[in-house]
Amino acid sequence: MRVSYKWLQEFVEIDIAPQELADRLTLAGVTVEGVTELGSGVSNVLTGRIESISPHPNADKLVVTSVNTGGVQRQIVTAATNVREGDVIPVAVEGARLASGLVIKKAKLRGVESRGMMCSGQELGIDPKTMVAEQANGIMILPPGTPLGKEAKEILGLDDHILELDLTPNRGDCLSMIGVAREVAALLGRPLRIPQPSFKELAESIEGQARVDIDATDLCGRFCARLIKNVRMGPSPLWMQQRLRNAGIRPISNIVDVTNYVMLELGQPMHAYDYNLLADGRIIVRRARDEEKMLSLDGCERSLTPDMLAITDSDGPVGIAGVMGGLTTEVTAKTTSVLLEAAFFNPISIRKTSKVLGLRSEASQRFEKGIDIGGAARATNRAAQLIAEMEAGDAVSGVIDVFPEPPQAKIVSFRPARAAYILGVEVPKEEAAEILTALQFKVRDSGADLLVTVPTHRVDVSLEVDLIEEIARMHGFDQVPGTLPFGQSTQGKQTREQSLIAGIRNRLAGDGLYELMTYSFTHPRVLDQMNLPGESPLRETVKLQNPLSEEHSVMRTMMLPGLLDALARNFSRRVQNGAVFELGRVFYPQGEGSLPEERQVLAAAAMGRTPAGWNAPAWELDFYYLKGVLENLFDYLRTEPVSFKPELENPSFHPGRSAWLEVAGARLGVLGELHPDVLEQFELPDRVVAFELDLDRLLAVSGRPPVYATLPRFPAVERDIAVLIKQGTPAVQVVDAIRSAGGDLLRSVSLFDVYRGGQVSQGYQSMAFSLRFYAEDRTLTDTEVAEITSAIAQALAQQFGAELRA
Amino acid sequence: MEEKLKRLNEDVRKALAEAHTMDELNEIRVRILGKKGELTQILRGMGGLSSEERPRIGQVANEVRNTIEGELTARTAGLKELLKEQKLREEGIDITLPGTPVPRGRKHPLTIVREEIQDIFLGLGFSIAEGPEIETDYYNFEALNLPKDHPARDMQDTFFISPETLLRTHTSPVQVRTMEKTAPELPVKIIVPGKVYRRDDDATHSPMFNQVEGLAVDRRITFSDLKGTLDLFARLMFGMKTKTRFRPSFFPFTEPSAEVDISCVICGGDGCRVCSHTGWLEILGSGMVHPRVLEVSGYNSEEVTGFAFGMGVERITMLKYGIDDMRLLFDNDLRFLQQF
Repeated sequence: MRVSYKWLQEFVEIDIAPQELADRLTLAGVTVEGVTELGSGVSNVLTGRIESISPHPNADKLVVTSVNTGGVQRQIVTAATNVREGDVIPVAVEGARLASGLVIKKAKLRGVESRGMMCSGQELGIDPKTMVAEQANGIMILPPGTPLGKEAKEILGLDDHILELDLTPNRGDCLSMIGVAREVAALLGRPLRIPQPSFKELAESIEGQARVDIDATDLCGRFCARLIKNVRMGPSPLWMQQRLRNAGIRPISNIVDVTNYVMLELGQPMHAYDYNLLADGRIIVRRARDEEKMLSLDGCERSLTPDMLAITDSDGPVGIAGVMGGLTTEVTAKTTSVLLEAAFFNPISIRKTSKVLGLRSEASQRFEKGIDIGGAARATNRAAQLIAEMEAGDAVSGVIDVFPEPPQAKIVSFRPARAAYILGVEVPKEEAAEILTALQFKVRDSGADLLVTVPTHRVDVSLEVDLIEEIARMHGFDQVPGTLPFGQSTQGKQTREQSLIAGIRNRLAGDGLYELMTYSFTHPRVLDQMNLPGESPLRETVKLQNPLSEEHSVMRTMMLPGLLDALARNFSRRVQNGAVFELGRVFYPQGEGSLPEERQVLAAAAMGRTPAGWNAPAWELDFYYLKGVLENLFDYLRTEPVSFKPELENPSFHPGRSAWLEVAGARLGVLGELHPDVLEQFELPDRVVAFELDLDRLLAVSGRPPVYATLPRFPAVERDIAVLIKQGTPAVQVVDAIRSAGGDLLRSVSLFDVYRGGQVSQGYQSMAFSLRFYAEDRTLTDTEVAEITSAIAQALAQQFGAELRA
Repeated sequence: MEEKLKRLNEDVRKALAEAHTMDELNEIRVRILGKKGELTQILRGMGGLSSEERPRIGQVANEVRNTIEGELTARTAGLKELLKEQKLREEGIDITLPGTPVPRGRKHPLTIVREEIQDIFLGLGFSIAEGPEIETDYYNFEALNLPKDHPARDMQDTFFISPETLLRTHTSPVQVRTMEKTAPELPVKIIVPGKVYRRDDDATHSPMFNQVEGLAVDRRITFSDLKGTLDLFARLMFGMKTKTRFRPSFFPFTEPSAEVDISCVICGGDGCRVCSHTGWLEILGSGMVHPRVLEVSGYNSEEVTGFAFGMGVERITMLKYGIDDMRLLFDNDLRFLQQF
């Protein structure tokens, strides 16, 4: 809603500047998004009449005109084609400034002197959308009687400020000048001046000439009609055009402009039918029939449904209620009688209809939010008065007012003590009564409390708490002091899972990974990119009914594709090294009627290598890097033991370089190098490693309490051994064999080197282990350690045919 | 013999002065004091002395031995110290060379800011609650006083899964879920971080974004408490000089409702490009829990009151770090993520 500061002053006296008014309104809940100064920067543009037009001696496309700007004759050369002798137009004289900042100087155009420039509306800062096409593209032509030599800015109503409201959906009552004026009056403590329409009616009565029936009373609560005869179609007066334009509405004709003007002033949308084209002068308000057709005002054929409310005459639809009128009964230059409509339509029905038809109009926006059902008859009278004042027609006596069930007045009791209980600050009963009265509520004192009658324009108020809000916003939120809740103190805490998750993030970031945030929805294509077979259960996704695009159309069932996409995007931007992780949810559909299962997932991916230092080589961000990250993580989380087993069948991963993780007898997730086909699909480099774990399961097996063991009192003995062993022997088996052969005194085994080539024969590799022995009751002798070591060697020889290297 | 001893003492003194390494010192020790050392040799000759001379020469011999040993020890200690200093001098490194590269990682800026918000409210006695991202229409709308066809549903353009299931448009459903579980016990003090979804995609909107919701329900929770709590939050989050402004607004599930502005973090309230020259930045929506919401959640709204608030983590992150395009937060460019 664009509110004119000057127009507002017709209804309430305002003695503060537009910006201050805007701030006051905003702090009272009527948000003003911005204040625009119209015609800002425009000066020295005067009204002038074109007295003569003659050809330019040296140019075909130019003419030389003589313009009278109030006693001064100016020769002006122009290329404009839409001007005629006698037209009154805005003229920028020497030294004038236009909306664009352009300054006009005396000039010679092809050798002929020109003292000024004729202006288009746009050059004066008028929105071209609010002008008819020929005016928008050419010079602005003013009405013939316009006084000459005046500031055009003033004549065009551009010496004004517009307050642009950004209303919350509950405040439809502020979609009118009167509505905003009511707020302003209450805020400034000034009286509100509401115009009382008075005009002369013709002797003849509307009775018998027009008739209105409401069939669908659930969708139409009230329908008022007035008949205007002797209509003289033409443009509306300039002042009305200005006000419409300033509000963003294009002037069309006197009758149509009046309906729009009344809507802006009172908030009641109106429609004008050409009475002579309305079959039998009858209006029937009913649900449309299925596939009923109507040509709307914009010339489109609309197909209606029984959910929509139609305004019909004896022949069929002449309008879609509250949304758009029909072409057949449109008011045109030939119209001589009009029937004016001011009705109340069901907000929900209007909202649905305008949504289905994709038509949002100034009218539908107001109906959707709920207009004042009590204001319809007054609107028809106000329109009749304006039409009479501009001598555009004469009102027939009487109003048709079909109002099947006038709503009962809403009476709400207001307890000041309750307001204090909610607000934390006392607002005296008297002040509350004053505030409500100023907002046009009727207030009756009933002892401790107030009995409040809600005016019909406040459709948003029906509960005591609604009144409390009114009191609070007018009393001023800034008048409420800040306190901290008093009462039982509570301990703020995170659940065990929340703390563990926070720890995981810190741990992974500390181990060299960057956290990502990818969308939970994705393209179904990523499942193909991941090489998943057609029957994979991961292809059963939760689908969005109305995605923004196919790109974001299904909820993810795995997190890795998002990470791979991110790595690929980085790779294409020449960021070729890096490790990333993400914590989030995946979604598995459940049966009809239940919400999908949401599981928490932890995934990571890495490509490239670490940066090389001057003293340390770069190392690959490979399988073993992420495995190390996981081992650190499991250690940090104190999980149950996790084992890594060869993952041979996973189509997303390299069959020889991937592992599935087992913990407490169940699958925890997968770690591995991605399958070359997957890498190709994602346009990733040759080698990328990744893991994806079931985070819920990980958390469940985490947090084993530490078990304390006494520190050894006797020194430990360390021995390194190297064994030659066939390639392909899993290290974990060798370690297990060493452990079991080593017995209780062998306290730790760690693999510190794997070597192939050189002196190691083909098909074999050397594995070097560091062994640590100690006893709790004595210092071990070399002989004891040598015995154990040789037992280990024997076991390795037996089980793997391995031999100890010298 | 006495002569010999004195000469020896002189020789040793000279030798010590010329010795510059520990090896040389050891050599001197062995040469003089060793089993076959010069002093030992001399002392063996004591047998040939007369019984009158023996005690006197013996005394001289002991003195010489003590002197030599003393000098040797002193010289050894001195040299040790000298060598240590020399070693430290020689071992200097270029401390301006870069450190050994240890891999670096970081949390996402949205995580950092979310955790900061959480920490503030944890300190104020709020616990953290969570809920599903795919919600029922009931919890996302109806229970929050947003019946079907309510125009305010347009404020939150929704992704639907089915007519009754949707991607939650805010974290507010967790309010009702938590109150249902807790009622009639009091108090409820939770914050709810989580992802939410709306059908918007441009430089200031993302179809997925993060909210932190807050809820405090008890007897005698007032609008004044809401103001005090959020004012404290704003100061803890943005600096103790931050001012707040509460503007009346509308949310179906709170009443009275307020938008909360903070004094601009860039210009401090003087007006700049970031705050569109108003001096204020909108960061939160809030209000007193609507009685209908309390009732559907199992509380008697005459006795029990509460406040609720919700904020966008993206908005706060962007303000905090001066990020001008929300899409960067979801683009996952490592060069961006390395900065936080």
